[in-house]
Amino acid sequence: MCLAIPGQLVAKSEAEGILTGRVKFGGISREVCMDFLPEAEVGDYVLVHVGFAISRIDEEEARKTYEYLEKTGLVDEELAAMRASDAAAIPTLQETVVELKA
Amino acid sequence: MKYIDEYRDEKVAHGLLGNLQRIATRGWVLMEVCGGQTHTLMRYGIDELLPNSMQMVHGPGCPVCVTPLEIIDKAVALAERPEVILVSYGDMLRVPGSTTDLLHVKARGGDVRMVYSPLESLKIARENPTREVVFFGIGFETTAPANAAAVWQAQRMGLKNFALLASHVLVPPAVRMLLSSPVNRVQGLIAPGHVCAIVGTRDYEALATEFHIPIVVGGFEPVDLLEAILMLTAQLEEGRAEMEIQYTRSVSAPGNVRAQRIVAEVFEVCDQKWRGLGPIAKSGLRMQEAFRAFDAEAKYDLHDIAVDEPTECISAEILQGLKRPTDCPAFAGRCTPESPLGAPMVSAEGACAAYYHYRRHEAVSLVSIGGN
Amino acid sequence: MATLSSLACPMPIAVNTHIVLGHGSGGKLSADLVRDVFLPAFGNPALNRLDDQASLQMASGRIAFSTDSFIVKPLFFPGGNIGELAIYGTVNDLAVGGAEPKYLSASFILEEGLPLKTLHQIVKSMSDAAARAGVSIVTGDTKVVEKGCGDKIFINTSGIGVIPAGLTLSASLVEPGDHILLSGPLGEHGITILSQREGLELGGELKSDTAPLHKLAQAIIKASPQARCMRDLTRGGLSSALNEIAASARVGIEINERSIPVRETVRGACELFGLDPLYVANEGKLIAIVPASESSATLAAMRLVDTGSESTDIGVITEAHAGLVTMRTALGTMRVVDMLAGDQLPRIC
Ligand code: SF4
Repeated sequence: MCLAIPGQLVAKSEAEGILTGRVKFGGISREVCMDFLPEAEVGDYVLVHVGFAISRIDEEEARKTYEYLEKTGLVDEELAAMRASDAAAIPTLQETVVELKA
Repeated sequence: MKYIDEYRDEKVAHGLLGNLQRIATRGWVLMEVCGGQTHTLMRYGIDELLPNSMQMVHGPGCPVCVTPLEIIDKAVALAERPEVILVSYGDMLRVPGSTTDLLHVKARGGDVRMVYSPLESLKIARENPTREVVFFGIGFETTAPANAAAVWQAQRMGLKNFALLASHVLVPPAVRMLLSSPVNRVQGLIAPGHVCAIVGTRDYEALATEFHIPIVVGGFEPVDLLEAILMLTAQLEEGRAEMEIQYTRSVSAPGNVRAQRIVAEVFEVCDQKWRGLGPIAKSGLRMQEAFRAFDAEAKYDLHDIAVDEPTECISAEILQGLKRPTDCPAFAGRCTPESPLGAPMVSAEGACAAYYHYRRHEAVSLVSIGGN
Repeated sequence: MATLSSLACPMPIAVNTHIVLGHGSGGKLSADLVRDVFLPAFGNPALNRLDDQASLQMASGRIAFSTDSFIVKPLFFPGGNIGELAIYGTVNDLAVGGAEPKYLSASFILEEGLPLKTLHQIVKSMSDAAARAGVSIVTGDTKVVEKGCGDKIFINTSGIGVIPAGLTLSASLVEPGDHILLSGPLGEHGITILSQREGLELGGELKSDTAPLHKLAQAIIKASPQARCMRDLTRGGLSSALNEIAASARVGIEINERSIPVRETVRGACELFGLDPLYVANEGKLIAIVPASESSATLAAMRLVDTGSESTDIGVITEAHAGLVTMRTALGTMRVVDMLAGDQLPRIC
């Protein structure tokens, strides 16, 4: 439902009691309303929906998750290689679940 | 683009799929509530990649699709008045009411304008003091704060020529209705990440407990969805039924408190009719007494016109995952995005429209192509 | 002491800074407009005669003939204006038919009140564009409509070009196995226009791709003797062009998402407004369908022309799923690329 796109806050200002910010999406930028997210700082990535910033993207959280995801991709490649050489090397369900939760 | 491109990475996606293949022992039936997620699944063909018997059911999460016909008819009636400038999101302009859509009203001389943000409608009202500006605002919990902010600003600015024609729907009551159905097949739920960015996750924790069903708050890119599907599958395989967040980069448990506050100030919960699903108790928002002056329905004394949905449409079964769009005899024949018979064909995010746009190669044997 | 000339009515053209209804009357004001605005910009022997028709010397053989009308808001945008669009639009329609564009007509529908300065600017860029495209504007017309009955300026151009002997290009020649070559990144014109309306600030590099394609088209024909057909990608974008070919040639088309270039700026705007670049308008891009055996040489030739420097090979014609265009997504899955019923509108969900 609700198309919301991450962009980087590059400037903040206030006009007529409305807090606004300029947010960069790829090669373009646009004014958005920052009233729901006054704490966001220039340089932060924010999620924008219908011209309003609705949440700040937690870069640390994103980095952590993504590192894990990338590892998953890598693990899968290695597994594929292993599987090719030794079918018995496929981990059991329990092992994989443990690995996922780690 | 940061936070988009890396979540469309093929290698990561296939890594997740590999894990999914290893842990999925059964053909679990999962539902993505949100139309944006349906759109991503279809556009990238993700459901085709899932281990054999796993199935995605496409939920009711497209606010355009579920906006009742009567409200579209009211918007059309307002747009036909010479003193009115009817302003709405691009999505709503092509949605057919019972007789016509807003673009056709515009073609016949109605002043219909498209905006990207509700605040632009305030600007239009200020620039046209002798006209009446009606903002036709629709949406789920994600859009409600922006629409509320427009009304709140209008009051602060003392705008007399601005009103909101609103159709706001709330996700949890609809999900509750689908899950309580005696024929429900859904075993795990991907909750809408952008809704939760606003309202937080409390309601979804409650749903997980109430229905003993795993719920994962998911994002909108292919990798997000695959990770959410993997997390749900892991829960199902282990017999857990918890609320977890996949979309941690944007969603926190409390949500956006400021946005919640403005919604609570301007709106109150009410019963609401959903196109395709019918009336659902406490599933909508209407304007509080203090803001009635900005309520288009009160201001223009718009009466409910009862309109029947075409009986041919099997959308209720589709939204419950009992049937697929391609099972509908009207699909791609009598029912197309240009002349939809039912809610899920209305916007690109609806399940039937998503199948129509992205999946017709599967249905080629069912319909003659190029002939519509 | 008053001289005779200072007693006479002032010269209207000197006083009128804006278009008035009289400019379309066929009388003195019309003649002034031709003399002061159009002839200085477009002048050439065929036009200068100011006959009711242009009399042209043509090589014998087949000619291509095309017409198009142009309306655009705003009239001026980064990378061009309505005048350039009007020239290149018709030039490109001729060029993708394999013709060498030669002569154009230009008809103007002006709204009363249009500043003459604006008209001058537009006409000047039409003249520059015609020079760049190697065509002459040999006949024309002007009408003026009352204020409120038009939108500043509408332009129609028609053009003729010469088709080299023995050359036939047609969608009906397309065969399974042929390659589809795209001349550069998608969506720049459409997104430039949208951003002007939506108040987006563009990164420095984004402007309309408005450009003449005659050189590129000639290079393609030279490199690919058996070229099947070409299409310029205007309204409806890449998707419309491919769907039209698939439907008329009764073939399937399979393109590859990864090989379709889209600039960061266009992507940003498309993500923000929920648009698909495959459907966004271009004004200086074409696709060429050529046999597999000639595709790499053609691609290399395209890249040597400035308007084709970013050309890519985006897919193939298939026997399967005749009439449908499919795309291999970045994840390796397949999806249909549909034809849109109307314009894409920005969406919020
Ligand atoms: S194809 Fe049309 S009629 Fe059939 S279920 Fe979908 S919306 Fe209803």
